[in-house]
Amino acid sequence: MATITTTTMEKKPIKVSALCELCHSRKAVMKRPKNLQKLCKECFYHVFETEIHNTITSAKLFSPGDSVAIGASGGKDSTVLASILKTLNERYNYGLNLVLLSIDEGIKGYRDDSLATVKRNQKQYQMPLEIVSYKDLYDWTMDEIVSCAGIRSSCTYCGVLRRQALDRGAAKLGINHVVTGHNADDMAETVLMNILRGDVARLEKSCSIMTESVGSPVKRSKPFKYTYQKEIVLYAHYKKLDYFSTECSYAPEAFRGTARELLKSLEAIRPSCIMDIIYSGEHLSLAPKKKKTTVSYKNKKKLNAETEINSDGSVSLPKKQEFKDGNICEKCGYLSSNKICKACILLAGLEMNRPKVSIDNNTAIDGAAKLSKTLEQLSF
Amino acid sequence: MTIKVKVEFLGGLDVISNSIREHKCVVPYEEGEATMKELIDHITKTIISDPKDIPVFIEDGTVRPGILVLINDTDWELEGMEEYVIESGDVFTFTSTLHGG
Repeated sequence: MATITTTTMEKKPIKVSALCELCHSRKAVMKRPKNLQKLCKECFYHVFETEIHNTITSAKLFSPGDSVAIGASGGKDSTVLASILKTLNERYNYGLNLVLLSIDEGIKGYRDDSLATVKRNQKQYQMPLEIVSYKDLYDWTMDEIVSCAGIRSSCTYCGVLRRQALDRGAAKLGINHVVTGHNADDMAETVLMNILRGDVARLEKSCSIMTESVGSPVKRSKPFKYTYQKEIVLYAHYKKLDYFSTECSYAPEAFRGTARELLKSLEAIRPSCIMDIIYSGEHLSLAPKKKKTTVSYKNKKKLNAETEINSDGSVSLPKKQEFKDGNICEKCGYLSSNKICKACILLAGLEMNRPKVSIDNNTAIDGAAKLSKTLEQLSF
Repeated sequence: MTIKVKVEFLGGLDVISNSIREHKCVVPYEEGEATMKELIDHITKTIISDPKDIPVFIEDGTVRPGILVLINDTDWELEGMEEYVIESGDVFTFTSTLHGG
């Protein structure tokens, strides 16, 4: 850290306490939530970019010559991610081939607008863009799914389908690495939700910066894992990045929304809590499951040796101990922890309820969310 | 005399202000007599179109956590937050960080 001892006289006197704590020469414009340091714009850019570079190098996310797909929604996180990766790739010679990968869920009045932003980003950052749509992959748009299954489960469907869609999009491009804009706030939110739900199995997985499943050709990583949302928004604002900021037409999952608000209120009192929650999540590890030894049957040995025949003549197969990574869905060939993957189960359920006769130019489905929003606001 | 300032609602926050992102505000106070408190009060009365949306902006008497406040592009935490004395020509930016990325 360079300290400037002799300061040049400024035209407008700035209080010493209002100066940047790094360069001690310019006026501070922001306070870092991580350590409450006050920084000027230039020092903020430098610290922000360098920290992400350090995250990338210490986790060894990339190797020279890698092709990397950036999961781009047009929102603030992925727009900043695309901009930062371009900057770092050029500054530190990562030797990466960067591609934008977008998913079109088929939500009128929301995704069509945000995709327009991604298309502008494509030109601004000079990167190729690939868009894969739910309609092409699954023959369903989100608008159709919601009109069939209702608005309450929209996030469940969308989340399951998007995960697969990103993998398939990457496979189509021949790329085996997808980076996403998940930031520290998102990570903390997920840790918190998993704790609140008692989902300890997921808790262990959710904190890793890179996830790789056996059998899946595509790995995912989160270079913004330790980056505060506030700093991402500030960076986008100061750099005047072009991003899209309309909330999805379908209401966010109520539980996640409440967890997010709780986290924001906690952050207002103690900004470091976001980092602290991630730290806790990273260091919690499950004690190995104790085998039940208390219950012992007289004929225990016999049971193991022989196959029991049920009263109806069927045979019960030994239960699988735990789910294994690396199974393949029997229906679509996608990675799954069960025989049939979750997406196929959801889609099969939908198919059964699909309206048999479709009316030509049916406008009720397109923009169903928009319509229901308008209806909500009506008052008599 | 009045204080003339600019107020911006960004990051998706414009949903509560008739989808208008930039507002010219005329605050009915003498120069030097109004702080952020008065401005926030003025905003809730004049910019937010539906009173039902006030909780999206205000919580416990101040700007809701998750909304980033900038005064002339500087974090309001460095400017004294609610105590900041507003001046004509100031630009106040309210950006929602809660909206999806």
